Amino acid sequence: MTPIILQVRNLKKYFPVRANLFSREQKFVHAVDDISFNVTKGRTLGIVGESGCGKSTTARLIANLMPADSGAIIFNGEGVGEIGGLELKSFRKKLQMVFQDSFASLNPRLTISETISYGPMVHDTSKEDAHLQAHDLLAKVGLDPDLFASRYPHELSGGQRQRVNIARALAFNPEVVILDEAVAALDKSVQAQVLNLLQDLKAEFELTYLFISHDLHVVHYISDDVMVMYLGQIVEMGPVEQVYSEAAHPYTRALLSAIPSMDPAHRTQKSPITGDPPNPIHPPSGCRFHDRCEHARAICASLVPALMPVQSSHVVACHMNHPSSGYETSGSDVQYASAGATR
Amino acid sequence: MSSRARISGRSYWFVVFHQLKHEPVALFSALLLLLIFLAAIFAPWLAPSDPYATSMIHRLQPIGSPDHLLGTDELGRDMLSRLMFGGRLSLLMGVAPVFMAFVIGTSIGLFAGYVGGKINMIIMRMLDVFYAFPSVLLAVAISGALGPGMMNSLFALTLVFIPQLVRVAESVTTQVRKLDYIEAARMSGARSFSIIRVHVLGNVLGPVFVYATGLLSVSMILGSGLSFLGLGVKPPEPEWGLMLNTLRSAIFKEPLIAALPGAMIFVTSIAFNLLADGVRSAMDIKR
Repeated sequence: MTPIILQVRNLKKYFPVRANLFSREQKFVHAVDDISFNVTKGRTLGIVGESGCGKSTTARLIANLMPADSGAIIFNGEGVGEIGGLELKSFRKKLQMVFQDSFASLNPRLTISETISYGPMVHDTSKEDAHLQAHDLLAKVGLDPDLFASRYPHELSGGQRQRVNIARALAFNPEVVILDEAVAALDKSVQAQVLNLLQDLKAEFELTYLFISHDLHVVHYISDDVMVMYLGQIVEMGPVEQVYSEAAHPYTRALLSAIPSMDPAHRTQKSPITGDPPNPIHPPSGCRFHDRCEHARAICASLVPALMPVQSSHVVACHMNHPSSGYETSGSDVQYASAGATR
Repeated sequence: MSSRARISGRSYWFVVFHQLKHEPVALFSALLLLLIFLAAIFAPWLAPSDPYATSMIHRLQPIGSPDHLLGTDELGRDMLSRLMFGGRLSLLMGVAPVFMAFVIGTSIGLFAGYVGGKINMIIMRMLDVFYAFPSVLLAVAISGALGPGMMNSLFALTLVFIPQLVRVAESVTTQVRKLDYIEAARMSGARSFSIIRVHVLGNVLGPVFVYATGLLSVSMILGSGLSFLGLGVKPPEPEWGLMLNTLRSAIFKEPLIAALPGAMIFVTSIAFNLLADGVRSAMDIKR
């Protein structure tokens, strides 16, 4: 049994929305709503979902870039930022992040080697050592140090800049790297190169990845496990092959059927899901997906489904998959139930 | 290979300076300002005669007189010498308040912008009180309240410019703070002071610097204005604004001489503005 490196427990983040001038009611966007999961050491967990489902917020909460409303991050069995737990500054070294926008994540006034060596210097590495290390890392990510170390970000291409961002993250010698849409902005050929580089580095540095993406192909390629999020909650989670081949949640199935097929015979005109995601300020009652789900019954609008295993490590939050949930006996009159609930 | 290596590693300021070399107007203005500054700085050695020596019989000599190249003023003092010495105070009035306000304003703006939230709001609303007054009125009011004197008018001008520079620095800092490289720096576990020094300052300084160069001419004109009104430099000290005032009585007798200090103010402030424009367009490069 491989050890669990990162545990996320009941993480919650509600963003306050500026209330109407005349209304006293304080409203909240339910960005991340009570999610818990484990990340196994040495494996890649892919997080997928539509835009606005809370993927990036989850990443930023784990990275401690914003405070969570409640919940805990446990790293190697130690609570991060807790008394008697892991100090935040030491945690920073162990967990690093690569952002989507390769240009915005590099300081335009610093050279590449200055950018990479800044982090280690914060952690009391001497300037000379940090620069030597930066040169080594540049070579590791496939950039000639003699050519690139003294350049500025605007002199690099998108793929090269993202390699620099990866090198900057690796300079801390981290155990976990969060890749927040790290390849989304690159074109396909460069994307493939960077993904292969990430695979090689993972093996070499014994890394664990949290790979956030909306691109299901890419997630399939790089992940060992996959987690599907919808409106701030986990709807399905499990080994990637199992989830992709035997998706249990109607939302996951809809997402997977939305992948464009390479086979012209399989071209489809039908949209897999209708409508837009509901307003996260007033999420639907019960199962949050029920108002877009073709299988929804009365119980879906009234009872929140819990994450339950369908197979050993494959969990899903859907009443349809749990014989004891009462889905089979529930009436199909969703309209009445949801109309009553949304009020 | 070697040519690729050579183009690499050009810093932002290097590129800006390189760009500035292709702006003839800005270069000419810079040269003109250099001459004016040199003449003012080395006035004690360059000036043909004592700027304080009065001579009742040589009053208001015309331009081109044998002993006085630019004539004499209403008390018979050599105009060229007085203009050179006057430049020292006038240029000081232009540069010193802007520099002081640049240092103070950038610091406050960086702090307010980086901290954000309520503290930012309190600082900015307090400065808006100053911002609400026209700058001329504010300068006159402050130096009027403090009493005449050069130090007081320098102080007044500094106070006038601080809110404007804070506002520019704060708005740029607020933009920069949201960028991913600041998040990445925070991920490194660095202290806020280090992040501001290494990652924020360098990216805020440029726009604030451009704005400050634009204020140089305003500051000089306001400083001369204060002296003209009797709120700044006191006679017999030479200063362009004050000279303009004392020569008013001679405007019908020797209009050219009466106009000389004004011409100096005009030329210098135009040169400041054209240089500021040049710097602005040189910095407007794709980074």
